[in-house]
Amino acid sequence: MAEFIDLVLLAMLALTALRIIFLKDLFAVVMLFGIYSFLSALIFVNLDAVDVAFTEASVGAGISTVLMLGTLALTGRKEKPSTHSTLLPLFVVLVTGAALIYGTLDMPPFGDPDNPVHQHVAPRYIEESPKEVGLPNMVTSVLASYRGFDTLGETVVVFSALIGVFSLLGVRRKQKKDLDSGLESHRVLHVVAKVIIPLVILFALYVQFHGDFGPGGGFQAGVIAAAAFILYALVFGLPKAFAVVGPKFLQWMAAFGVLLYASVGLYSMYKGGHFLDYNQLAADPVAGQHYGIIIIELGVGFTVFAVMLNIFYAFGSQAERSNVQ
Amino acid sequence: MNFILDYYNYWVVVFLMMAGFYIVISANNLVKKIVGLNVFQTSVFMLYISMGKVTGGTAPIVAEGVTQYSNPLPHVLILTAIVVGVATTAVGLALIVRIKRAYGTVEENEFENKDDAI
Amino acid sequence: MLFLDIVSSILLLAGIFFGLSGAVGLFRFPDFFTRVHAASVTDSIAAILIIGGLLLQTSFDLNTAKLVFILLFLMVTSPTASHALAKSARHGGLLTLAETRPEDKQEHTQ
Repeated sequence: MAEFIDLVLLAMLALTALRIIFLKDLFAVVMLFGIYSFLSALIFVNLDAVDVAFTEASVGAGISTVLMLGTLALTGRKEKPSTHSTLLPLFVVLVTGAALIYGTLDMPPFGDPDNPVHQHVAPRYIEESPKEVGLPNMVTSVLASYRGFDTLGETVVVFSALIGVFSLLGVRRKQKKDLDSGLESHRVLHVVAKVIIPLVILFALYVQFHGDFGPGGGFQAGVIAAAAFILYALVFGLPKAFAVVGPKFLQWMAAFGVLLYASVGLYSMYKGGHFLDYNQLAADPVAGQHYGIIIIELGVGFTVFAVMLNIFYAFGSQAERSNVQ
Repeated sequence: MNFILDYYNYWVVVFLMMAGFYIVISANNLVKKIVGLNVFQTSVFMLYISMGKVTGGTAPIVAEGVTQYSNPLPHVLILTAIVVGVATTAVGLALIVRIKRAYGTVEENEFENKDDAI
Repeated sequence: MLFLDIVSSILLLAGIFFGLSGAVGLFRFPDFFTRVHAASVTDSIAAILIIGGLLLQTSFDLNTAKLVFILLFLMVTSPTASHALAKSARHGGLLTLAETRPEDKQEHTQ
């Protein structure tokens, strides 16, 4: 049954990708991309990657789509016909695709437990991590503890993306003649948003602190919390959202998250261990692992939340500026 | 039939990858190119997750009575890659906004004669 | 237990039927507002029936509570989404089929 669902969903995914190629209306392209992300999240669930599906659904379908729509508001929604011939790209793609298909025939069969991927480090993670780290969710154990240094790098990349977006766009200072934007006439949206937003933030906190036991963690929680504030900014307007959490505060928060993560590593060195060696954080190594993971997940959550929301602010204030002009 | 089931996921991954690649090299509009890059990126995610799947396994969260788990390592790699992916997408979109401001267009074939104007 | 299974499969089948009819309506209906109507059938009744069917399949533990929360959340959000969609279209100046038809006739007579 799972194979059948897999076949159908992957076929739908392929059809969506095919449709994206031929559409000229960019608004529809972005919407299809949102569908594409949701479909891939479904496939990830079917392939047992629940944490990944969670992330893809909140990031790919949520934040990416909003950012692309924000860009479309500035650049226009129609793609102009190309003057170049499409034959050469088609040829390149067909040749590369044929080579890759030929390459897949050397791949080990899908789902076989004896595949080389499952022989090297994975058995150790699966067998030892519940004892060594003491968490049921192996993905969190590997993410935060075994590969903690890698995750620190990823967090820094997310942080530097914020620096990149800010140096390119910047957030506009508040001006007195600002139009009180937002969806003024949508009374129903106002009421519902007020009910929904606290629930979404509560859910984000649940995901943040329950990530050790079920699917979830700092990355997903940060994005979900950012989505709640993005909803607020969309419904009530950017100036009001700035009054709740301003861009300046978020800059500090993003930096604070990365520093919190790194300082756990430094503290464990101070205690006499290696960088990010959580065993040193408490007398009992398993308890130390627990403290370490909670703190670094919190750091990741802070950074991801602040970066995602601030990137949205940067795009949103650009769109408002061009509307006023 | 078994042969198809063994390789179906990889073939769809190749198809998606080529679809994304085609959009990147043939699309005229820069926003569409970014969408193409994202399609390409998601196909790579799909490849990793497909490799991590074990037939008869469950999600890698310890539960009673479960002996076979899927491989958690690809999940970790892809989870962080997704968030980094959206961050880099945001940088790309910010570049497009700046290009629009400098050149007045985001269509590839309209840049060529505008270099002198700047 | 068997009785619950039968009720649950009836609910699931009804949910699938409404989901499919919503999808068919989305393609076959003539204008935007009737299409929103079809899509909101999938959002509301189909989702309620399917989650209701799934509720009966659980053994009334934590999963049941989670499904109830999902159901409540959907019942608040999906009608709002349909409403916002239709209202934005209205503000954007989109007319219903009934409103556009008389003008067509006038144009023909002119």
